[in-house]
Amino acid sequence: MSRLAATFARARAEGRGALIPFVEAFDPDRDTTAALLAGLPAAGADVIEVGMPFSDPMADGPTIQRAGQRALKAGATLAGTLDLVRAFRVGNDVTPVVLMGYFNPILSYGVARFCTDAAAAGVDGLIVVDLPPEESEELDGPARAAGLDMIRLVAPTTGPERLPFVLAGAGGFVYYVSITGITGTRTATEAHLAEAIPRLRAATALPIAVGFGVRTPEQAATVVRHADAAVVASALIDTIADRLDAEGRPRPGTVEAVLDQVRALARAVRTARAPAAA
Amino acid sequence: MNAPLPNSFRTGPDARGHFGPFGGRYVAETLMPLILEVERAYEDAKADPAFQAEFRRLLAHYVGRPSPLWFAERLTRELGGAQIWFKRDELNHTGAHKINNCIGQILLARRMGKTRIIAETGAGQHGVATATVCALFGLACTIYMGATDVARQSPNVFRMKLLGAEVKPVTAGAATLKDAMNEALRDWVANVADTYYLIGTVAGPHPYPAMVRDFQSVIGEEAKAQLKEMTGRLPDVCVAAIGGGSNAMGLFHPFLDDPGVRLIGVEAAGKGLETGEHAASLSRGRPGVLHGNRTYLLQDEDGQILEAHSISAGLDYPGVGPEHAWLKELGRVEYVAVTDEEALEAFKLCTRTEGIIPALEPAHALAHVAKLAPGRPRDSIVLMNLCGRGDKDIFTVANALGVAL
Repeated sequence: MSRLAATFARARAEGRGALIPFVEAFDPDRDTTAALLAGLPAAGADVIEVGMPFSDPMADGPTIQRAGQRALKAGATLAGTLDLVRAFRVGNDVTPVVLMGYFNPILSYGVARFCTDAAAAGVDGLIVVDLPPEESEELDGPARAAGLDMIRLVAPTTGPERLPFVLAGAGGFVYYVSITGITGTRTATEAHLAEAIPRLRAATALPIAVGFGVRTPEQAATVVRHADAAVVASALIDTIADRLDAEGRPRPGTVEAVLDQVRALARAVRTARAPAAA
Repeated sequence: MNAPLPNSFRTGPDARGHFGPFGGRYVAETLMPLILEVERAYEDAKADPAFQAEFRRLLAHYVGRPSPLWFAERLTRELGGAQIWFKRDELNHTGAHKINNCIGQILLARRMGKTRIIAETGAGQHGVATATVCALFGLACTIYMGATDVARQSPNVFRMKLLGAEVKPVTAGAATLKDAMNEALRDWVANVADTYYLIGTVAGPHPYPAMVRDFQSVIGEEAKAQLKEMTGRLPDVCVAAIGGGSNAMGLFHPFLDDPGVRLIGVEAAGKGLETGEHAASLSRGRPGVLHGNRTYLLQDEDGQILEAHSISAGLDYPGVGPEHAWLKELGRVEYVAVTDEEALEAFKLCTRTEGIIPALEPAHALAHVAKLAPGRPRDSIVLMNLCGRGDKDIFTVANALGVAL
């Protein structure tokens, strides 16, 4: 069983929701990301999403845009991001890592070589924001051959007639983009989730993670009352951004502050469902 | 009599919006259903005679088409070679070819029931053209413009505001055209229900490259008929400037299947191709994916997009329309580049010999014409798209020439 499948099976068996924190690789430097990755599993991360910095992140709001710019300034490359995962895997062979980003750096690296290297580094799945199923053939084959799950995004605009097409070939989990908008802006209502998630469940047996606009423990708890996992990104990045000094370096305690936030989020998703429901 | 060509260069894109390996629809899932809706609506409109009639009516009576075809006799004498003919799209309402496409797309937006229009702009020409058609149709209009461009193109910013548009300066990235396009895409993702994104060039996700080309092809269709009527023949060479590539595609497309017509696209070499400060994505870039399509891009070895540089804000873009990328690979169109300095010389030459102040974009095309025409036979014909007028560039040119206004 893949790390992703095992992780979601375990959460399901425990009758709890899962937490997927997002960190942008190299924001604001390599050491911070390395320390965060090392600390996240113990803080309660079930899956870790690592952002691959890109100069033109069209689906991201200002928070992740700025994180990407800091990362690129700090020398982030795709090879460097894979290296971070490789270093993380030395001490952790359990927690799944999925990479999220845009297609051009992958294309530039070489699609087949990227898939091979990512799998070798210990990556479990890929989320490529600007690669809808219409265009993803090129990555799907090499990714599958390398044993990587292609995680599909489903949006509120994805109609019922389109859903099967989007889900064909999906692996790992399904990422539900809960709002029409960019990352870190609005938040979906519970009523929306209550309507959208069952519709999605009827179309797939894969676990469902919800992202975009999930910031607080309360919101994460709301999410996992309907879905299997909550993705939190911008709120964590804000914590890093708030602690940068005038030179853009992280102040002491930054990593711990993010991990504290993750601990609070993890408690919320673990206790969100009624204990008797198992 | 020419036998019909076995293959046509005019059949693209395929059903998935691909021109060979280029083009496509590289957008987030949230936008995908919307892109498909635009495609369906456009296919439907294209086949509707009433839509076409309304498009033609507005082009004739609002834009002022057909634009004249002008034999630039003094310039021809000065260069001493081929005859130089200008397709005068600078005489269009709003002063550039951009309005042709805006008329087409605003009709489509209205047909789709959209009530709010967004657009990106670099120099402000497409922003002004978009704000203009929004005023004409009474639709809300938001224009994204890089903060750097807002500062250097203040007359166009004021024009857009006068026309009722909201101009949003974009401070992300280098705060120029590519960042404005990112921001427009972000707006669209957040406002999918009521908003139409009116892209200004032959780039972006399918169907935009094909749709904008279709609307701009009026340039080449008219020029072909006008030249035929005035000289009885086809041009030997067509020349046009390339930023995103809409004026060039509009001129070239009707000539693609005329094998005797040489087609040359002129990119901005900025301070020189060797300096790295240029906007010549076809000459110096390599294929990649940005803004919804696969095409030639200026990028570093890690696939990060680089900033373009050109004295012409309208050419200051690190990508190019995917059909151009394909035509380059097929070898049907040649792509060359001229520097800021050469463009400035051509700007002055055109002004002095023809009494026409060109925009800096077609000044690039003219700079190449000035290299090409001398020495060619006097009965050969070079057709150039004079795609915009230079009023907007007066401050830039004065600055480059060291004149304080």
